[in-house]
Amino acid sequence: MAGLELISDQGYRIDGRKPTELRQIRCRLGVFTQADGSSYVEQGNTKVLASIYGPHEPSSNMRSKISHDKCIINCEYSQASFSSAERKHRPRGDRKSLDMAAHIKQTFESCIHTTLYPRSQIDIFLQILQSDGSNYCACVNAATLAIVDAGIAMKDYVCACSASLAKGTTLVDINHVEESAGCAELSAAVMPKLNKIVYSELNGRLHEDEIGKVLDSVVLGCNDMFAVMERTVREHVEETVSNFTHS
Amino acid sequence: MLKSKVLMVKTRSGKILKIVREHYLRDDIDNGLNGVDLDDHPMLENDLISSEHYIIPDTNVVLKQMDVLEHSCMRNVIILQTVMRETKHRSAPIYKRLRTITQNKDKKFHVFTNEHSIDTWCERRPKESSNDYNDRFIRVATQFYNECLSERNQKAVLLTNDKANCDLAKKEGLLAVTVEDYVRNIVGFPELLDKLAKADEAMEVDKSISYPEHLKLSQLQTGIKSGRFKQGKLNISRQNYLEGKVLPQGEGSKEILIQGRMHLNRAVNEDIVAVEMLPENQWSLPSDVILDVSVQPGAEISESHAEDLKKKHGIPTGKVVGIIKRSWRSYCGILESFGSPDMTRHLFTPAERRIPRIRIETRQAKLLIGQRIVVAIDSWPRFSKYPQGHFVKALGEIGDKDTENKVLLLEHDVAHEPFSQAVLNCLPSANWSIPDEELRKREDLRGLPICSVDPPGCTDIDDCLHLREWTDGNLEVGVHIADVTHFIRPGTALDIEARSRGTTVYLCDKRIDMVPELLSSNLCSLRDDGDRLAFSCIWVMNHNAEIISTRFCKSVIRSKASMTYAQAQMLIDDATQNDDVTIGLRGLNKLAKILKARRTLNGALSLSSPEVRFHVDSETHDPIDLETKKLRDTNSMVEEFMLLANCSVAEKIQKEFSDCAVLRRHPEPPKSNFDVLVNAARTRGLELSINTSRELALSLDEAEKPAENVHPYISVLLRILATRCMYQAVYFCSGLESDFRHYGLAAPIYTHFTSPIRRYSDIMVHRLLAASIGADSTFSDLLNKQEIQQICNNLNFRHRMAQYAQRASVALHTQMFFRGKMVDEQGFIIVVRKNAVQVLIPKYGLEGTVFLDRDHQGNAVGTSNLEYNEDACEIVANGVLLKVFDEVTVQISHDASNIQHQRINLHLMKPKIEGISAP
Repeated sequence: MAGLELISDQGYRIDGRKPTELRQIRCRLGVFTQADGSSYVEQGNTKVLASIYGPHEPSSNMRSKISHDKCIINCEYSQASFSSAERKHRPRGDRKSLDMAAHIKQTFESCIHTTLYPRSQIDIFLQILQSDGSNYCACVNAATLAIVDAGIAMKDYVCACSASLAKGTTLVDINHVEESAGCAELSAAVMPKLNKIVYSELNGRLHEDEIGKVLDSVVLGCNDMFAVMERTVREHVEETVSNFTHS
Repeated sequence: MLKSKVLMVKTRSGKILKIVREHYLRDDIDNGLNGVDLDDHPMLENDLISSEHYIIPDTNVVLKQMDVLEHSCMRNVIILQTVMRETKHRSAPIYKRLRTITQNKDKKFHVFTNEHSIDTWCERRPKESSNDYNDRFIRVATQFYNECLSERNQKAVLLTNDKANCDLAKKEGLLAVTVEDYVRNIVGFPELLDKLAKADEAMEVDKSISYPEHLKLSQLQTGIKSGRFKQGKLNISRQNYLEGKVLPQGEGSKEILIQGRMHLNRAVNEDIVAVEMLPENQWSLPSDVILDVSVQPGAEISESHAEDLKKKHGIPTGKVVGIIKRSWRSYCGILESFGSPDMTRHLFTPAERRIPRIRIETRQAKLLIGQRIVVAIDSWPRFSKYPQGHFVKALGEIGDKDTENKVLLLEHDVAHEPFSQAVLNCLPSANWSIPDEELRKREDLRGLPICSVDPPGCTDIDDCLHLREWTDGNLEVGVHIADVTHFIRPGTALDIEARSRGTTVYLCDKRIDMVPELLSSNLCSLRDDGDRLAFSCIWVMNHNAEIISTRFCKSVIRSKASMTYAQAQMLIDDATQNDDVTIGLRGLNKLAKILKARRTLNGALSLSSPEVRFHVDSETHDPIDLETKKLRDTNSMVEEFMLLANCSVAEKIQKEFSDCAVLRRHPEPPKSNFDVLVNAARTRGLELSINTSRELALSLDEAEKPAENVHPYISVLLRILATRCMYQAVYFCSGLESDFRHYGLAAPIYTHFTSPIRRYSDIMVHRLLAASIGADSTFSDLLNKQEIQQICNNLNFRHRMAQYAQRASVALHTQMFFRGKMVDEQGFIIVVRKNAVQVLIPKYGLEGTVFLDRDHQGNAVGTSNLEYNEDACEIVANGVLLKVFDEVTVQISHDASNIQHQRINLHLMKPKIEGISAP
């Protein structure tokens, strides 16, 4: 998209954000009671539902993968057919979805204390209800909250954020317009308290001199994300606790 | 702080999509009133508005009245985001100018991001058109400013020419005025009135003319889609301003001819137009008539001639049905002197022959007559023969050398302002010397017998050479190029300025530098007065000039001698001289001859163009004499090694960066380009073979052999004409093109490496080469092929413009040289046209047209006594036969009778033609 100015001379992005601002985040824990843990995350117009089942006995088709010292993580990702401007014909099982599921699975295998749950399985189900860029990030954030809700032990929160580069400025938490403008996109998942990057992915080309700068702003974005997520968890716990005391 | 609103946007891309975008509204957007961007107390006084006020123009005002906004008195203007957005959408050049003003701190323009401000956002109403919606945005923002300003007792004034918008604004209690009213009542700047662009109604309704109406854009688009109309850029002929060609977009399309005022239908050179084809029986041929604006009586010849041509087989001909995009700019020219100077309406004649005359309104006519002025076109109404425009600025007296230089720089879009402070800040201090750490990093070649050979008076020396013989019999040959990239770091103001200038422009008496003089003539220039940083390309060769190995390195050198071509030649020829440098030069000279022979064998063309040098009077800077450039062995010696270096570097960077190397290619011209040349040569019994560059080179050499009744100069003429049949060589990015060949040099791959002081392309190549040998780091723009291609496109444009400017400068000096003189000189006919012959005078490198349908006073005598034979390239005028390549004697005189276009007149003296030749 030539001529599309991702950032104006006055320093505003197309949707009115400043370069380092995240989109509006709304999240809730415990949206379903059927699942062991669940959450709903909105990052702007990207909306994700996550539900966790487990740890439970591995299902029959997973038998071959059972491990005696840690649990199996199973991740399924699907995108609702009404999630984007054009209707998707195949909500799950296409290459992109499988890739995405694999990436999310990898991310969480390194963050969950899998050794605490030997011979068991944890399912992560992710459903994109509306897609507006940075889907991976929203999924990771939602899954983290759902895992917290399920009470599964993790080393730390996992927070993800994406960034792009336009005219030498890094744009954090990019939306669909910015994503499709053809700039490089770097997404990373971070454990903010341990200060570790557990996953990073670069789409497109970035010059090596600039990667450091972009990565720094991604980490900053992740930290902002963490603040919101932690507050949500605390509020959720307070609310739950107050329910207990009243009853 | 963040408030979210969702915009529903429907777009059409084949099918209807519903796109949902977020739109954040903020309360922290700077309105510019805190004294930084805008003055607290705007000084501009206006009789219409009693209080201090800020100006808010709407989009149309910005689009039409840029010249007014650029005037220094227009300060404290608020530009809304809505206006920026619409401007960008509608006109790229205006948007660029607008951005330049908004970035200029002195102009006190503030851009307010109104569509993201919570105070000025408004929801689109159902069925509201986007124009109305944008107008409402602007009114709401004006209202907002009024509220902000009310406590300071100041006002915001909306400038709009849209009547409906104006009325609505007034109804809402806003101050809204039209630009005309506002400008008319500004206190203290009456000259602004002239800069006002005229509204779209005709100033003068010309009963005699009524152009067909242009179709609407939507109609054009459907027409183009269905194939009924063709879209393309209009290219007006240099010979005839009422004839143009359009090359439609798309593969394999043919040029469409457009003839006559009505068919051109108000399209101006370089506009993007939509063309409808005429039925085949109305197809016509480009007229062979040379038409120029200054001779009005004969001006309409082409149209009558077109009539009888139509019967013959024509080429595709069409007519303009609509304009897709105007590419009007400002034009230099003069005011025509007829009519009373007290009148306000005048005709303006542009210096560019391809632009029609422009009607302007000015009160300063008395002052402006006899001056070169700049005028912009505003509109071209249907009932006006000429477009309408407004006065922009005056450049100075006609005929004054500085003024004329300014004109030709402006006309060719050559940036010639002094370098800005930001650029100068990037320079090292004048007494800079090579720091020790650089010395350690680089190869020390200071001991080598390095020297430079350049034209006399050259101060920007960018290449040096050396040669020494090794004990094993091999030769070490080095080309050392000024290391400009050491000083010009990517992304600095200096780099950006050099990139946009693209090349140094050499006029006859002036050099417009690409980089500031400190670099071009001192720190980078490889003079023989000290150590310099260089980028070296060093080969090991055997005595047959075969390359054994090549290496590149950053180095420090000390030139032993800066010589001119003549000096070097003398050293080589002087057998008593036997120092290192001379021995080196002799060796180089020998190798160069072998290289040249090999290159020619491969099919490299040696072409020719008439070049002259002016001897300029040191006091008055007027040309006093001129000579054609002499070519010595040493010229071609330097050239050979530069070519070799360029080829070696091209291979290296292409190998290392196959996606983003900056290369130069010369496309092979289509065979049909040579038709005229082959035809002309045949009349002299010379057969040219044009199948490959090698065959062409050989047959051109063949033509050099003396033959009966063939003048020896004809071979030179053939080379000159052959050069004109070819395309121009262009820079390109290797990742986006598959054909790398350089036709003229017969090289498979080529680039420019050897003149970084005067060409930006070489700077890019230096950076790539430095990165590939690990001497410098890469950066992101260096490896971005789209970006590189864009820069290459600009460079190609700049080079072309520089070339045109150079030619124009030579023409200007030739004119001044002949001022008050009348000389008879020998010349050659190089092209025969229907009513004229074009004559080249080798002594002055001057080319001109001798009209055969006018007597020596310039009065038309009709074409009845002319017999033109196209195939034989000959014309019979009053019984006298004129053939291509005929030697003639012409009288050269300077014609200043028409201050409009002072020019050189040529009249045939020998052979004498009754009624046409001068008595």
